[in-house]
Amino acid sequence: MASIDINRVSKTYAGGNRAVHSVDITIGDGEFIVLVGPSGCGKSTLLRMVAGLEEITEGEVKIGGRVVNTLEPAERDIAMVFQNYALYPHMTVRQNLEYGLKNRNTPRAEIDARVAEAARMLEISPYLDRKPRALSGGQRQRVAMGRAIIRKPAAFLFDEPLSNLDAKLRVSMRGEIRRLQRRLGTTSIYVTHDQLEAMTLADRLVVLNDGRIEQIGSPLEVYHEPASTFVASFIGAPAMSLVQAELHGDRLAIGPSLLNLDGYAPASGPVTVGVRAEDLRPAHAGEEALAFRLDYVEELGAHRLVHGHVGDQALVVTLPLAAVLQDEMRLAVDPRRLHFFARESGSRLATAGLPPVLRQQAMEPAEMPG
Amino acid sequence: MAYVASSPRFLPWLGRRAGSKVVAEGAKRVQFSSPVLPYLCLAPQLAVIFIFFYRPSVQAVSSSFYIEDPFGFGSTFVGMSNYTDILASAQYRGIALFTVVFTALVTFFSLSIGLLLAVKADAVIRGSSAYKTMLISVYAIAAPVAALIGMMFFDQHIGPFVEVASWFGWDMRVGLSYFDTAFAMIAVAVWKQVPYNFIFFLSGLQSVPVAVREAAAIDCGSGLRRFRTVTLPLLAPTAFFLLVINVTYSLFDTFGIIDVMVKDKSANNPVTLVYKVYEDGFRGNDLGSSSAQSVILMLVVFVLTVFQFRFIERRIHYT
Amino acid sequence: MQKNRLFDHLVLILGSLFLMVPVVVAFMTSTHTAADIHSNGLSLAWGDNFIETYEKVLTREGGFTGQVTGSRMVMNSFILGIGFAIGKIVLSMLAAYAIVYFRLRFATLAFWVIFTTLLLPLEVRIMPSYQVMSNLGLLNSYMGLIVPLLASATGTFYFRQFFKSVPDELLEAARIDGAGPIKFFIDVLVPLSRTMIAAIFIIMFVYGWNQYLWPMLMTTDERFFTLMRGIKQILQVWIGSQIPDYNEAFALAVLAMLPPVLIVVVFQSWFIKGLTENDK
Repeated sequence: MASIDINRVSKTYAGGNRAVHSVDITIGDGEFIVLVGPSGCGKSTLLRMVAGLEEITEGEVKIGGRVVNTLEPAERDIAMVFQNYALYPHMTVRQNLEYGLKNRNTPRAEIDARVAEAARMLEISPYLDRKPRALSGGQRQRVAMGRAIIRKPAAFLFDEPLSNLDAKLRVSMRGEIRRLQRRLGTTSIYVTHDQLEAMTLADRLVVLNDGRIEQIGSPLEVYHEPASTFVASFIGAPAMSLVQAELHGDRLAIGPSLLNLDGYAPASGPVTVGVRAEDLRPAHAGEEALAFRLDYVEELGAHRLVHGHVGDQALVVTLPLAAVLQDEMRLAVDPRRLHFFARESGSRLATAGLPPVLRQQAMEPAEMPG
Repeated sequence: MAYVASSPRFLPWLGRRAGSKVVAEGAKRVQFSSPVLPYLCLAPQLAVIFIFFYRPSVQAVSSSFYIEDPFGFGSTFVGMSNYTDILASAQYRGIALFTVVFTALVTFFSLSIGLLLAVKADAVIRGSSAYKTMLISVYAIAAPVAALIGMMFFDQHIGPFVEVASWFGWDMRVGLSYFDTAFAMIAVAVWKQVPYNFIFFLSGLQSVPVAVREAAAIDCGSGLRRFRTVTLPLLAPTAFFLLVINVTYSLFDTFGIIDVMVKDKSANNPVTLVYKVYEDGFRGNDLGSSSAQSVILMLVVFVLTVFQFRFIERRIHYT
Repeated sequence: MQKNRLFDHLVLILGSLFLMVPVVVAFMTSTHTAADIHSNGLSLAWGDNFIETYEKVLTREGGFTGQVTGSRMVMNSFILGIGFAIGKIVLSMLAAYAIVYFRLRFATLAFWVIFTTLLLPLEVRIMPSYQVMSNLGLLNSYMGLIVPLLASATGTFYFRQFFKSVPDELLEAARIDGAGPIKFFIDVLVPLSRTMIAAIFIIMFVYGWNQYLWPMLMTTDERFFTLMRGIKQILQVWIGSQIPDYNEAFALAVLAMLPPVLIVVVFQSWFIKGLTENDK
């Protein structure tokens, strides 16, 4: 068990291509951190620098207080689970599990005990003498995890471990990884491009874009307080609608519609306004509302996703089945639930609205007037 | 099998990969760094290559500018005169001409027969694996063995082909008549090369995706037209690749066939340029001329390779 | 449609005959006596001289010096084939390992030095190669037969392609598991390459077995003659004889083609799979 400190770490490839820009993350002992972002955002590179598979151009990585920059991967006391499992195809499951321990000259009895324990924990005991090719994808993934936990490392590193599994298996393996990590209490860094996976697994999320950290925070913080338009559109499904708007004092102009912000507005000027689909509701008569033109509807069973436009800007709204759908609709929103971002930089603008903690409490389901 | 120790092409699946994918940089994201070990690993290969490839190659080039005393008493620098002598020699030009004709005919016939058989083997379902085995089996017969068997079939006393020819009033005298020997050489060379082409064409055909075949079957009723407009273009990469291979084969790998068939009496028999290199160098002891001829052949191979890399591999994309 | 199929089969049968009949005839004829062949020509039927002919070819001491038997030539061919195959695999695996798995200062240079050998066949540098061997005193030795043939990059190229297709993550996992370069090579890469090694062994064996020009130059001492060299020999001997030893020539041809043909037939699926395999 150990904490991991990533201090101003950068990666520059030969040829000057900069994949990671001065990243700072402090990971507590036993914490489950998920690095999330689109492909090419540098999340895997960062993970591989922690693992020692990629040289660190600048900065410092500490595992358990020890600077590991120049250590071999094997000396860093970490274990890694790969996307394609990376099991040795010519070895049996047992040999795969043992290999790392053998190379460390662990006594035989100890190896056997740990193999038995890991196999029991992951329910792979029946397959110990099979070759990986005789296993299903899910079983292989378990073996890959077994290979990691058997070493009792200071940290687990996961590099998109579930991407090769089908959707259903992915959900159940997700739960299993979380359970296992809780039980072992091992510090973990997990890389994924799947925001849902990130939300469900993480103690804290690190959202990366273009080699830089966009935001670090708990899943709910990141969901409810996205630090930038990038985070806002990346985290959450459906993606938060982002529309261009003008602020005049307390009045917000979105296309042809005007809303009164009840004092929750940041400074005047052009802004990007974000609104989650579930925060919009059909307006009462006489209420200030957005003029919404319906394009098409996605039926999700419990509710619907309604896609349309306000002015010429796309907007998505979640509506209960009971809501009446019309080509032209009027939608209302609690101003406290709007997100404001600077038009140019895309970064979040402070509002006079609720402090973050209260904002989260204000998020109980919005009433839906029939 | 081929003689060409250094050609990538004799390994069936190698040549096709050889093309544009030759990239110098390391393949792995992560590599070991060790000060000594990799050089130790490379050392044996490099040593063999330097002693037995670079040294002789350089020597071939350098001695092509000298005339060596046949009894080993020194040599004289003569500049380009070995080359000019060769190119001025009517005999050499005759051999070059024969080499071109030989190469063209062997390439044409072994490619066409190989393609025909592959198309048919691809079409039939029943017994296809038996045909395949039979058609591939002679793939690994060495050139001199093929030539020996060929010699028997063209033998003056017992050869059935000589007898068949005599029905048509053709008095076939392989080993004596220039034309008849050439005929027999080409026949044997084609016989030996057909399986190779067959294997490649068949695998080329079988790698055409089923969906494409089905789409073609729906779009185009006539089998022949379908072959011409869909199958053949898809086979083009294979065919171009084989073209180069077959030219190389005809130029170099047929040495065993020619050597066995002319039985050291090249006087009135057709030979190819490679045979001439060997004959002048080892039997005529004319090292300078032989080396100059080697260099000329090197240039031919070089041009072929460049041709393959530049035009063929670039123009054709594999799906 | 039915008629087409019939035509297809006809073409295939003709093709098979074209390729197979000479081989079968060679074998069948070798079981007849020389006199029989001389008067009756080639044969598709089994003769009664099989044991005598092959016994004679394998055990009689022939050649000019009377020092070489057929079995000796068979042995030499095996030594050449197997020695060449093993040498090729060892050299090229090591070289490919260095090129693919190590950060080398002169990687590009090493790569081109090795792969340039793909450009020039042995035939065009045969004279100077011979001289090098002669200077090194390696004429008439197994070493001289085998080692110069190793001076090409085919095997290296092949193993390089294969190593490149091995997922990067295996190396990464092995490094995390504490395996160094030697351990990784022995514990992971060699076992992973088993099938490839076997396939390359077979191909190289056939290639070595079938060598003709090089052994012909290298070996004047008949104790080092391979079967291919023997074929040239038997043809030279029979010039001028009344009834040539057709049966023995055929028997020698059969011995010379049997191992490679058997190997190709038995392992044909590998050969064909090899063709269609793409680099993944």
